[in-house]
Amino acid sequence: MAAVIDTLRLTAEGAKDLLKRGELTGAELRAAYLDAIAERDGELHCFLRTADSDGDGVPIALKDVISTKGVETTAGSRILDGYVPVFDATVAARVKAAGLGLLGKTNTDEFAMGSSTENSAYGPSRNPWDPARVPGGSGGGSAAAVTAGLAPWALGSDTGGSIKQPSALCGNVGLRPTYGSVSRYGVVAFASSLDQVGPVAKTVRDVALLYSIIAGRDPLDSTTAELPEAVRLPEGDSLAGVRVGVPTELNEAEGIEPGVREAVQRAIEFAEELGAEVGECSLPRSVRYGMPCYYLIAPAEASSNLARYDGVRFGKRAEGASYQEMVDRTRDEGFGPEPKRRIMLGTYALSSGYYDAFYGQAQKVRTLIIEEHREALERFDVLVSPTSPTVAFKIGERAADPLAMYASDLLTIPSCLAGLPGLSIPCGLSAGLPVGLQLIGPQFGENLLFSVGHALEQALGFDIVPERWR
Amino acid sequence: MAITREEVLHVAKLAQLALTEEEIAQLTDELGKILEAVSVVAELDLADVPPTPHPLDLVNVWDEDTPRASLLLEDVLANAPEVEDGFFRVPAWRQ
Repeated sequence: MAAVIDTLRLTAEGAKDLLKRGELTGAELRAAYLDAIAERDGELHCFLRTADSDGDGVPIALKDVISTKGVETTAGSRILDGYVPVFDATVAARVKAAGLGLLGKTNTDEFAMGSSTENSAYGPSRNPWDPARVPGGSGGGSAAAVTAGLAPWALGSDTGGSIKQPSALCGNVGLRPTYGSVSRYGVVAFASSLDQVGPVAKTVRDVALLYSIIAGRDPLDSTTAELPEAVRLPEGDSLAGVRVGVPTELNEAEGIEPGVREAVQRAIEFAEELGAEVGECSLPRSVRYGMPCYYLIAPAEASSNLARYDGVRFGKRAEGASYQEMVDRTRDEGFGPEPKRRIMLGTYALSSGYYDAFYGQAQKVRTLIIEEHREALERFDVLVSPTSPTVAFKIGERAADPLAMYASDLLTIPSCLAGLPGLSIPCGLSAGLPVGLQLIGPQFGENLLFSVGHALEQALGFDIVPERWR
Repeated sequence: MAITREEVLHVAKLAQLALTEEEIAQLTDELGKILEAVSVVAELDLADVPPTPHPLDLVNVWDEDTPRASLLLEDVLANAPEVEDGFFRVPAWRQ
């Protein structure tokens, strides 16, 4: 009988060591996570389904927008109820090739559209710190699963904050990689100029390790690029010489809770103590126009991407006397309220007479946002801010007001539009709930984010196990 | 910025959505509010600014033209609601 495995504390790296030393078999490790799922997922609903798998490495959970051959993939939508992919997404193939057995598919807002998982057609996930609260979204299932010890690590996808924001609200580490560094082949498309797949884990080193497995050019995704340098696992605890920029608008935006501000301020003080040179900078237009720009570009692209759900080749089909009636009814019955809202908004923004004023203008605003970030990153190596303006909010609190929900991503959206990598690490508690620190770096600056994130993580000493389970 | 019921119906037709009466009323209200919020992008004069279609500085990605196996027909059809003789079957086009 192997020693009892505490999945709440075991890191992926720690699990890998136990396997390497022969203290544990892959099957025993997997069984420990399945036991944890049986024990805690009834309350949390992180998984839409578990899967059979024969990988003998550290197992993994995948957000349900990632195609898995032979394992149902719904993107949290009724329109894909029962859809079983006949091929693996490249990221699913890469983790499989690395021996990472699939534990299951995690809950998500429908088509990754949302900030709480409340838009999932299969019901919301719950925050491990307080099950009355949301885990964030759209990748709330992956983030909550990692914090609850239901998976050592997981993959999410991020369009405007769907990896970083849930990691912040669940108190773990999430990376939205540089646009173009991770393949999107086989990943259910939301907004193609923004979507990126990335890792969620307990530590920065685990995130770096998982990133090294999935990143790099994929011939099946022409928007991917070769990484300019190999991924390095971070080691040091010094920030000597690192220039840390604090964008005023991202740190003083209306709606940032005082407790969140205090925790982030404390993390910035730690950075200074570790030797970083901290200074203020400004991203005025990125913060003022980021969210409006995002809510034109993302819905426009979504309206195009979601045109494929027509009841012809896959997914749900509704009855209809004619082809057009079948398609229109299939889409009305199959999509939930949020995808419909965004399809309508995006179709409007792209329609004749409005294209230049909305979509075209938003693409120009995006250029300004990229330039503003470029200037800030000429003066500083990394930029810091809260990841989310608030800690985890109550289930139902923002569900009735789309604009209140959209505000959850105010601080993550600008750098997503700029295509930059962002890392969220836990930096403290506010009212007993985790606060995330967002670190933004230059394109393909992941190694720098890992080393800064790792040094801060050591200094902060955040206990990632929710207080109710300690 | 308000959006009219007629505009909502027009956009729903373009988007291929058979909305219910309740959805039409709700979307008319919600889209109006969202459009008002996003319309602030109009206050910027960006006549000389080039648009950004995507943030990665990549153009013309070339690959060798290497033949490889495609999906089997049975796999392609595996998830279809209705198939016949190796084709996707759909209702007749509207007369």
